[in-house]
Amino acid sequence: MIKNISNLGDAALYCDFGIEVNRNINSEVIKYFKAIKEKNIEGINNLTPSYNKLIISFDLSVTNYGEIKDKIEKLNINEVPNNSNKKLEIPVCCDTSFSLDIERLEKKLNSSKQKILENFFNKEYFCYMTGFIAGMPFLGDLDKNMRAQRLETPRVKVPKGSVGLTEQFANIYTFESPGGWNIIGNTPLVVFDSTKEKEPNLINPGDTVIFKPITLDEYKNYNE
Amino acid sequence: MNIKITMNKDYFEIIRAGINTTFQDLGRKNLYHIGIPFSGAMDNRNFLLANKLVGNKLDLPVMEFAYQGPLLKFNGNKINIVITGDVIFKIRKKNNEIEGNCYETYELEQGDEIDILSTNKSVYGYLAISGEFDLKFQWGSCSVNIKANIGSNEGKKLNNGQKIDISKINPNLEKKKLNYFNSKIENIRVIKGTNFDYFSEEGKNNFFEKEFIVSKLSDRMGMRLEGPKIENIVNTNIKSEGLLKGVIQVPGDGNPIIMMSDHGTIGGYPKFGVVVSADYDRLVQISPGSKLKFKEIDLSDAETLFKLYEMETQNLISQI
Repeated sequence: MIKNISNLGDAALYCDFGIEVNRNINSEVIKYFKAIKEKNIEGINNLTPSYNKLIISFDLSVTNYGEIKDKIEKLNINEVPNNSNKKLEIPVCCDTSFSLDIERLEKKLNSSKQKILENFFNKEYFCYMTGFIAGMPFLGDLDKNMRAQRLETPRVKVPKGSVGLTEQFANIYTFESPGGWNIIGNTPLVVFDSTKEKEPNLINPGDTVIFKPITLDEYKNYNE
Repeated sequence: MNIKITMNKDYFEIIRAGINTTFQDLGRKNLYHIGIPFSGAMDNRNFLLANKLVGNKLDLPVMEFAYQGPLLKFNGNKINIVITGDVIFKIRKKNNEIEGNCYETYELEQGDEIDILSTNKSVYGYLAISGEFDLKFQWGSCSVNIKANIGSNEGKKLNNGQKIDISKINPNLEKKKLNYFNSKIENIRVIKGTNFDYFSEEGKNNFFEKEFIVSKLSDRMGMRLEGPKIENIVNTNIKSEGLLKGVIQVPGDGNPIIMMSDHGTIGGYPKFGVVVSADYDRLVQISPGSKLKFKEIDLSDAETLFKLYEMETQNLISQI
């Protein structure tokens, strides 16, 4: 349920679903996001679901805050079946050439590479949101003993395909970008395909992800 | 036997690309949720006026330049061009050189050059042609986002020596002119943001009473401001959530950043306020080193101001 709707500037609704970050609240955000998207409400030009908020922006020359707020409040969310969530397997290679920050994590988490990776691969993750850079999924939740802060100084270039950890989340760098997450491996899978007009991103909010360890040879042969 | 094929194609040769020359249109919608920003022309009014002056549909892509613009050489039969914004430029023909006026169309013939020297006490200017550049669309728009490598021209700004093909030229090359001067804005109007209460009373007072200077680190992603610090007394981070153009984020260092058209889609800094839609076109034109001030208004005033601004734009379009 939306706890509160307010305006963010003059051309957006700020829907607040609560303070906490957990799957229940995020599932509600995603439910609303999908329902509103399906309705194709005139004037809405963007929806941004995040952990516990949904921002609905609109074209002020077509509609306004009052009109859109009214439509959202009257929306019957249960009409929309929520069966579009996928389950995905993402291959990840954690060869030393890819696991750029594993030593840092060993120190910060007071653990070993083997234990960290065992824990990482032995879990099912939930996609809370995508964004920051195109197609980047925010996947949770990591166990409490796996949670580390961002790098003090972010990298200028994180390689494409890098899999990183920060706090309760894992993510994937869909293209080379600056970034501060702790990099533990790399996936050969194309997670964001900019040549696709429809659904360029592989992982969407609400999807479930498991990571599968692969060797360096498997990584190299993956796209051949 | 060698057969030489002469290509009868119209194109522009980019002799000098300028500082940040990109193709822009109305931008792309409904992609925030996968991390793709809106982009599009920074100054929407000048974008629309450019297209209207050369007789185009209003949503066609144009060339946007910042500070110093490009030097282009036309290869083809005849074409009309127009420059909008507040821009100093010259047209070089075989035997003469013309000082160009914005909002007035010029006919270019084979070999003519257009030299866009600089924007005048402003940032962005637009070049439209009476026809269409040969560009690729990506997710419904040609707009280039150079940071994310999205859009036409392989997601890059123009480079020296490049050739830009023209796919279509309008048959009627009518001379057109509009009397218009871009008004400057002193006070940018702002609606309180969702984290307004994160900031100290002194911080809030500083924001609305003191002057800020636009930093040199401003670009199509964000406008950074220098001035009094806006002190946060609650938390300098929020749980990451969506951003919009015009949102004023204040990170831990207390210096506000205003989100611009190519902004990242998600951010974790508190939102102090949002610039009203009516002031966005003029905000983006405030050049680095210039001063600006903020004034708080409420939602209904912002909506009224936008209606007036829209009417003014429509009125200008109908005069052409």
